[in-house]
Amino acid sequence: MSIASTTQQICFLVLSATTVVGSLGVVLLPNIVYSAFLLGGVFLSVAGLYLLLNASFVAAAQILVYVGAVNVLILFAIMLVNKQETLAVIPGLLVRRLLSGAVCAGLFALLLRVAFTTTWALPGPPPVGEEATIRIGEHLFTDYLLPFELASVLLLMAMIGAIVLARRDVFSTDVITGEPADQGLIEKERTPLLIEKSANEPTLLTKP
Amino acid sequence: MSTDLASPIPLEAFLSVAAMLFCVGVWGLINSRNAVRVLMSIELMLNAVNINLMAFSNYLDGQLIRGQVFAIFVITVAAAEAAVGLAILLSLYRNRETVDMERFNLLRW
Repeated sequence: MSIASTTQQICFLVLSATTVVGSLGVVLLPNIVYSAFLLGGVFLSVAGLYLLLNASFVAAAQILVYVGAVNVLILFAIMLVNKQETLAVIPGLLVRRLLSGAVCAGLFALLLRVAFTTTWALPGPPPVGEEATIRIGEHLFTDYLLPFELASVLLLMAMIGAIVLARRDVFSTDVITGEPADQGLIEKERTPLLIEKSANEPTLLTKP
Repeated sequence: MSTDLASPIPLEAFLSVAAMLFCVGVWGLINSRNAVRVLMSIELMLNAVNINLMAFSNYLDGQLIRGQVFAIFVITVAAAEAAVGLAILLSLYRNRETVDMERFNLLRW
């Protein structure tokens, strides 16, 4: 890479600081919309870290998939389920948070110790740099062909599963009473609806 | 690491950032009361794992960059997980009318 080493170090410091502070904001901010936008910032800075690691293709994939798809999906979910509700007070919540914080700090210390005490086999082979995309393509169509195809099947399954889970007009009969019961009957009127319902009367179902 | 072929950033720096991101994700996963935030914490943890994979791929496996291929698969699975997770969340919200994790105790023994 032709970028000067000081520039790389400055970029790394800025990107890692953005990542850590943004992730803390994602977890700690009370407003979840701010959290979602900060999550997009975290994804972007992680993509910058990938660029520092000579991986331009994965950085582009990170931006396309995470910022473009996952973050937008999360924002949609926030807007769909955005209801102001007063959360019930749980006794000992602060103690629980402190305890889990201590556990996470211990985990962090353990990971740091592992990272700094292990003697890595450095320096490894020189990185391929700009040829990384070609190498990834070769991997995906030779020795990782089966996982690649399985990933496509997994995406199809996830797509169908998400549609089945999130659709509204699932008509079925109640097991106990035998009456028609769809999800629209369970929902109340104050639920924000995407589709305006014409009448509140339950539609009669013809049993097969 | 002092040769000019090597990167000016040590491998441990990337591992530390990834460890921090992972621990923040774990804390958020345990302590979030909004279900959407739980999904965001899972995404944070997956990103931490991806940073680790990419760092090892660049520093220790520079010729056969298998870590990058692995990171692509992780991104794929994460996208599928986010879609299904948010669909489950939407259907839960329709039935329970809340996103409070403390009230999703349907399967509690």
